[in-house]
Amino acid sequence: MGINSPLTQNLMPNKTFFWFFLPTGLAMILFIGLPIISTGIQSFYAQHDQVVKEVKKCDPFGCTVSIVVDNEETTKLREAKPLGKFNGFGTYVDRNHLAVDEIKKFWNETESFGAFVDQVTNLPFYKALIFTLTYCLFVTPNVLLLGFIIALSLNAVARKIRGPLIFGTILPMIVTPLVGSLVLFWMIDSQGIIGANIQNLMNDPYLSLKSSKTLTWITIIIYGIWHHSPFAFVVFYAALQTVPQEPVEAAIIDGASRFQRIKHIVLPHIYPVVTFVALISLMDNFRVFEPIIGFSAEGSAQSLSWLIYDNLVNEEVILFGSAAATSMMTIVGIAILLAPVLIRTWKEFKTAR
Amino acid sequence: MRKILVTLLFLLFGTSAFADCNIKSGSINILANDFPALRTFVETSKQCKGSADFKVTHSSEHNKIAVPALTANPSEFSARIAANSSIVPLMNQDLIRPLDDLVKKYGKGIQDSQLITIDGKVMAVAFMANTQHLYYREDVLKDLGIAVPKTYEEVVAASEKIRASGKMQYPYAAAYKAGWNLAEEFVNMFIGHGGEFFKAGGAQPNINNAKGVATLNMLKKLSELSNPDYLTHDSEAIKVEWESGNVALMTLWASRSGTLLDDEGDPNITKATKLTGPATVGGGNIPAATLWWDGFTLAKNRSDADAEATFRALAHAASNKKMVADAADQAVWLVEGFVPGPKSIGVIEAVKMGAKPYPMLPQMGLMHGALGSEIVEFLQGKESAEQALKDVEAAYISKAKEQGFL
Repeated sequence: MGINSPLTQNLMPNKTFFWFFLPTGLAMILFIGLPIISTGIQSFYAQHDQVVKEVKKCDPFGCTVSIVVDNEETTKLREAKPLGKFNGFGTYVDRNHLAVDEIKKFWNETESFGAFVDQVTNLPFYKALIFTLTYCLFVTPNVLLLGFIIALSLNAVARKIRGPLIFGTILPMIVTPLVGSLVLFWMIDSQGIIGANIQNLMNDPYLSLKSSKTLTWITIIIYGIWHHSPFAFVVFYAALQTVPQEPVEAAIIDGASRFQRIKHIVLPHIYPVVTFVALISLMDNFRVFEPIIGFSAEGSAQSLSWLIYDNLVNEEVILFGSAAATSMMTIVGIAILLAPVLIRTWKEFKTAR
Repeated sequence: MRKILVTLLFLLFGTSAFADCNIKSGSINILANDFPALRTFVETSKQCKGSADFKVTHSSEHNKIAVPALTANPSEFSARIAANSSIVPLMNQDLIRPLDDLVKKYGKGIQDSQLITIDGKVMAVAFMANTQHLYYREDVLKDLGIAVPKTYEEVVAASEKIRASGKMQYPYAAAYKAGWNLAEEFVNMFIGHGGEFFKAGGAQPNINNAKGVATLNMLKKLSELSNPDYLTHDSEAIKVEWESGNVALMTLWASRSGTLLDDEGDPNITKATKLTGPATVGGGNIPAATLWWDGFTLAKNRSDADAEATFRALAHAASNKKMVADAADQAVWLVEGFVPGPKSIGVIEAVKMGAKPYPMLPQMGLMHGALGSEIVEFLQGKESAEQALKDVEAAYISKAKEQGFL
């Protein structure tokens, strides 16, 4: 094909694309690719066997004989193998992660399927996975729906007041997640404005949104929808500006109702954008973390990201292997979750060509 | 002119008072938890910094920073104010230096009882003691004719009586926030029942037994007498509950008594707030509480000059009679010359009753972490005590295997 052929005119030549993409690509490899690879390697290793010795320990309250880590021996081991002891998929299948052995045992021991599910959901990883998925499944569609409704409504109001309205609408996204969740956390306190009113409404002075697991989940999910909707709204609102006016006007003349116009003209037009928002939302929601901290909800709700955080900071001994394994599984989880949408987009892309 | 003279005189006295420090070089950077006594301690050490650089980081997130910051070489901090539990990860990773030579050279005023020795080497110098003990509202107990509780069984009975009287809905409070705080309450109660966390001479867990079940049942009884949001309440939150007058009996850190009894808040509540020793449980004779010390450790990955400067400044505070006299109500100081005031009752009673120190074992942090998340469902009534303890042991074993303890 010649340089002037109509096809190549609009496409960037491969070489130009390569140079154009190089800085981004390098940064991605350096700051995303390599850390993921390093995390992956880390997840296959466990700490060396601890060499401990019995010693006398004295403090202001008296002396005892107990164990300490023998640092000389440990240093030797570490210097020989700095990564630790190779553990293969050992960390992945242990009780705090996929718990393969435990699940087999539960399957053989439990009598009903319900009892089996009870046992499995009692394992930390599955407990976290269930919350994470529930959060994704409730928040993502609601964010899309709410975002779309807000975008449509704002698109219909007079231009004069649109600016301030848009600003007000995207506020939840501007507020730092931690601050946003803390504000809500105090409001739902049994003495806070929402908590106290709900108690009055239900006529139950013992009702506490924070002590019940179900209510905590609902609170976090509602917070998630509140926090993420503005993002969907902003993108949808921008997309709505590109909807061609002619077909809409033609439809109005033909007597199409508002609902019909949205269904047959607006939605098909912004469909790729909906896919994009759905993808981003799913990814974001799968990594839900801040609200759990903000709501002090560790007791009732744990997500995969929270497990990683827990392994890294909540204990005085840092569990790098565990954290790395959970990170890798989170990446796999996101990939699985996104696969249907990605495959569909790819197919459409191919048919479009 | 007079002003200048006064200033000059002050400076003169100032320098002569701290002349014994005479630190000429080095840089001092301290990592510490954030509560009033530690601030006082660090401020006192700053007075004798001489010409050394002096920096301090007070953070309640100190545990999360310490290991990474001290692993770096040279490390970010030259000293870390640690406690029984937080010295363990530093020991495990070999991040702190023995202090014997420095104590010999510069530790004149430090008492022998302040030295934390491990395997014959001084690893830390303690300066204050801490524990969790009971606080009660004298007016409420008097009104209802309740004696000051000495056991947790009496705490439960008293709380039930207060609730029945209609005075308070949730008369008891303790820091039951899921995670570290909740696990600490378990540790206290388990030790009160005479439990040992590990099988003799090893790292195998030993909590799934009658003592563990009794511990959990007591925690549950107390949680039912607490605000239903108890799983989100840390020490600060229950202090606020207390100051709002919602609580009549509380288990709280001794180091918090200072801010609880200060001039802020309702003076009637402050006046009626009384301290007593920790309670026993299950007919045991040692209190259901752990003793804690706070002391300073020096980073290994820091130059000898920095270590020397830091030690001299901190040793100045750790042997400072003026500090312990001025700040007598901030903490139970282990420093010579400390005269215990009314706010020290809790710790002193605990020591008298033979309370045990928090176990300084390399694998204890893993057990503490497992407890913090696995016993929540029992308190919420979603699983049996036996199942919860089985979960704790299983979670602990997986972690201990990964860390090479099993």
